[in-house]
Amino acid sequence: MEGKVTSQQLLPHLFRLEYAKMTAVICRHFGLQHIEIAEDIASETFLKATEVWGVNGIPDNPTAWLYTVARNKTKDFLKRQKIFDTQVKENIQADERQPAPDIEFTQQLFNDSQLAMIFAVCNPANSPGSQICLALQILCGFSVEEIADAFLTKTETIKKRLLRARTNLRNDDFRITTLQEDVIQPRLDTVLRTLYLLFNEGYFSASNNHVIRKELCSEAIRLTLILTEHPLTNGTKVNALLALMCYQSSRLDARADEAGETILFEQQDKELWSRELIDKGNYYLVNACSGNEVSKYHLEAGIAYWHTTPTDSKKWEHILQLYNELILIEYSPMTALNRTFAFAKVYGYDKGIAEAEKLQLEANSYYHSLLGYLYAGRDVNRAISHYNTAIRLTKSAAEKKTLRKEVERLKSSFS
Amino acid sequence: MKEFVLIFRTSNHADFKPSPEQMQERMNWLAGIASQNKLVDKGNSLSPVSARTVRSGNVVTDGPFTEIKEFVAGYVIVRAESIDDAVELAKDNPVLKSGGNVEVREVLKRDSNN
Repeated sequence: MEGKVTSQQLLPHLFRLEYAKMTAVICRHFGLQHIEIAEDIASETFLKATEVWGVNGIPDNPTAWLYTVARNKTKDFLKRQKIFDTQVKENIQADERQPAPDIEFTQQLFNDSQLAMIFAVCNPANSPGSQICLALQILCGFSVEEIADAFLTKTETIKKRLLRARTNLRNDDFRITTLQEDVIQPRLDTVLRTLYLLFNEGYFSASNNHVIRKELCSEAIRLTLILTEHPLTNGTKVNALLALMCYQSSRLDARADEAGETILFEQQDKELWSRELIDKGNYYLVNACSGNEVSKYHLEAGIAYWHTTPTDSKKWEHILQLYNELILIEYSPMTALNRTFAFAKVYGYDKGIAEAEKLQLEANSYYHSLLGYLYAGRDVNRAISHYNTAIRLTKSAAEKKTLRKEVERLKSSFS
Repeated sequence: MKEFVLIFRTSNHADFKPSPEQMQERMNWLAGIASQNKLVDKGNSLSPVSARTVRSGNVVTDGPFTEIKEFVAGYVIVRAESIDDAVELAKDNPVLKSGGNVEVREVLKRDSNN
């Protein structure tokens, strides 16, 4: 097929893909304090591409073209820097970060640079929310507007958050040039947590922008995949997290209908589940279980695995058991509610209601939609009242719509 | 919120070799408390076999304190508004089904004592 691609179509795509990689590689030469220099070089490279490609057309190998330009720009910068260094030497500290005269953009360097950048960005000095913003901007090449859209937040708020996070990034003396166990290990849990939250932001977000939500999920997977490709980070927890992401993603297409409305798990078309991603999930889960470690990612991946087996008769017993273990590791209202749902599936809705009401999460919309669901076959009025409270409490428009439908259904079946 | 230790006592040795169903019941009880965000420490089970009692005069006897037939099988620490709330949590514990009992004791905090 001879499709004519214009530079206007190709550039945004390439930008997202290559900008982050390019920045990471160049940044390794300058150090984190000078991340702006790396970003400037990457931006200038793309600017030049828009100018030149607009006139001359797209080169045969656009990616190679970009990296040649980036390399030359970096060389120029270093040359200028050297002149500056020799002339105003006393102002410049002797630095072990001796920039190499040339950068070879090899696959190995891409991977190492990106991995180092992931660890630099996931700085515990920043809140998890800021880490995610920073990751989206620096590692994934998202614009401020796109990040704001994903978080349902004003662009000003995101800008402020990024500014603070970047200051911490520059001041952090994280050793980005070398990847060594002693710098990687202490930060690994923070990194996994941030990637986990990044994925969840896409998977559970209240944002109606499905394109962005899907991209958040696939970016989280891409970054986690980088961790599995390096011997220093390819541990069982990382594999468990990746398995979890694969299983959840396998249902992404089945979760929303054409109008963007959420489809409840039980009503999903299982044919739309991606077999390929489920198989990948199985692969990583097997890797994850090669040691004795059981992390929350293992348990959540286990739960997600059982959800991919809709016909297994013992499924809910297994799921309840895993939720029991999960809630002992870490309390969260969502885990408590999901556990109670599984409890009701195993021991019946009456016992489920008793267990649910002990949670007393009155301000949580999911608490009320769970009680609405459990009461539906027993006490329609209470079910409707709980559903209505849930509608009032939830911020998600899609959720509101789904719940309203449920209320209508109950009303009509009752009258 | 105060903290309370729930101490499980039993005279039934079979409680130490629980069936899968019993294990499941215990786990459900514990996770039910964790789901209310009231679990402080999931505690430990104590061995009835590897046990000694040490007394004054260098007297060491086998087994747990045997004058009473019941022995401590384990403990957990929970968080509750009052001792009555803690008692409510204890009431559902499966050890009661096999003739055991649960002692509920508030943890004394040094700094909250003055």
